[in-house]
Amino acid sequence: MDLITPGFGLVFWTAITFLILLVILRKFAWKPILGAVSEREEGIKSALASAEDARKEMQNLTADNERILKEARTEREIMMKEAREIKEAMITEAKDEAKSEATKIMAQAQAAIQSEKQAAIAEIKTQVAELSVGIAEKVVRKELANDKDQSQLIEQLLKEVTIS
Amino acid sequence: MTLKTFRTVLFTALFFAISLVGYASEDKESSDEKEFDPKEMILHHVKDGHSFHLWDWNGHAVSIPLPIILWTDNGLTTFSSGKFHHDDSGKVVVEDNGGKFVKFHEKIYQLEEGATSVVFDDEHHPINAAKPLNISITRNVFMMWISVAVLLLIFLTTARSYKNSKDGVPTGIAGFMEPLILFVRDEIGIPMIGEHKYKKYMPYLLTIFFFIWINNIFGLIPILNGANLSGNIAFTFTLAMFTFIITTISGNKNYWKHIFWMPGVPVPMKIFLMPIEIIGMFVKPISLMIRLFANITAGHVIILALMSLIFVFKSVAIAPVSVAFSLFITVIEIIVTAIQAYIFTILSALYFGMATEEEHH
Amino acid sequence: MTITGIAAIGAGLAAIGAGVGIGKIGGSAMEAMARQPEMHGKIQSSALILAAFVEAVALFGVVVAFLQG
Repeated sequence: MDLITPGFGLVFWTAITFLILLVILRKFAWKPILGAVSEREEGIKSALASAEDARKEMQNLTADNERILKEARTEREIMMKEAREIKEAMITEAKDEAKSEATKIMAQAQAAIQSEKQAAIAEIKTQVAELSVGIAEKVVRKELANDKDQSQLIEQLLKEVTIS
Repeated sequence: MTLKTFRTVLFTALFFAISLVGYASEDKESSDEKEFDPKEMILHHVKDGHSFHLWDWNGHAVSIPLPIILWTDNGLTTFSSGKFHHDDSGKVVVEDNGGKFVKFHEKIYQLEEGATSVVFDDEHHPINAAKPLNISITRNVFMMWISVAVLLLIFLTTARSYKNSKDGVPTGIAGFMEPLILFVRDEIGIPMIGEHKYKKYMPYLLTIFFFIWINNIFGLIPILNGANLSGNIAFTFTLAMFTFIITTISGNKNYWKHIFWMPGVPVPMKIFLMPIEIIGMFVKPISLMIRLFANITAGHVIILALMSLIFVFKSVAIAPVSVAFSLFITVIEIIVTAIQAYIFTILSALYFGMATEEEHH
Repeated sequence: MTITGIAAIGAGLAAIGAGVGIGKIGGSAMEAMARQPEMHGKIQSSALILAAFVEAVALFGVVVAFLQG
């Protein structure tokens, strides 16, 4: 029974001693120790976080680079394609132009030929007429002794000279 | 096991054995004519006392007399316990400050007028003496102060080493203490109380953990055999009281609601649970008190009882068995010192956590 | 039989109960640790707390024995 009855003296001294110990240790031991430990932990945590950040940044940078490279590549391709298209367009255009020019020239040439031909025909006609008049004059002079032969000849001649 | 550790273990075992045998034999010598009474010896050891008994020399006890402080009708009375001349049977009367005092079974009685020694009735109450309020520096108080001095030495040195090192890296003893402090924080404080509130309770948890632990260890050191502080119910009662007071003060609305009107159960159940919860509120600190007291006391009783076997059987042949067993129990007790400090701290933290838990339904 | 003897028997009975209880806790904790070694620390600390609760019962028996002694 004696063993499990708390004695007042020891309760009293334990309470006082424990309170004093708590106050002293709290102020001079736990606070600096826990403070230093948590400060160090914070430091480690922030260092880790910044390392992670740097790693992410690096990753971002690489990704950016790749993206830019890709973009550049596609842009180049687009440009090349455009250039090719332009080139082709230019060639076709030139071809078309040349063709139309050629046709035009041909047409002009034909027109010129036609007109020359017309002129030549007209010339020939006049010359033929002149010739025939000359021939006729000569023939007429010679043959126009008899009337009969005369008219016969004229007729024959006229038949022959059918120039359109 | 290397040779070195083996040698250390052997040496420690020898040290323990010699000290314990020394203790037991001293009792034997001091009561030569009497039959050896293991119960008396054990109770003498586990109880508090008024002098710090170190060893016997040629039949004379070598002890440090401790001051006796009494609050009597005439006011504060103090005198040295050496004045009793190692008498524990209420025969030597010390007169001081107008009162006559005797010591009987480590208790101080103030004799009434005319009485020369204390007399008890059948119920073991003194008939001719009164018990004044005794706030003496007993050996347990003395031991407690030594342990406080050691704790202060250790932890102030630790704190200084943090202050001196620039990057917060522990050096010297701090390197040894830091894992223990972090253990209390990470294994007891944070999981039991919670990430947000644990900081407020850390000083209490750390102090109580190391205070109990060091006193458990001091109780096991044979040369300091007089002190069994953490196996004294007054000590555990006070610490449990602190836990109870802190729990009650920091209890929030949710905590009191769980005690008086348990949410989530039907009304008859609420009424039924209320007295149980109220009893539980007091049982928690009481179980804390009993657990530490009974564990440590039981450990001491077992070790001493095993050693007493030698003197009960009056045979040297039993000594090896006795020493081996008590060595085994002592090793277990060394583990128990840490476990009991841990249990007391973690249960205190658990109660604080229950008191401050927020509603989450 | 004296009252002390009866108290000792009572303490012994309390010890049997607590022994069975702590044995069960320890066995289950070991099993759980073998199953999930990564939860080792958590299981160990909860097992210790539970053992402390069970042990308290045996200690009440010890205290009752002290009361009689």
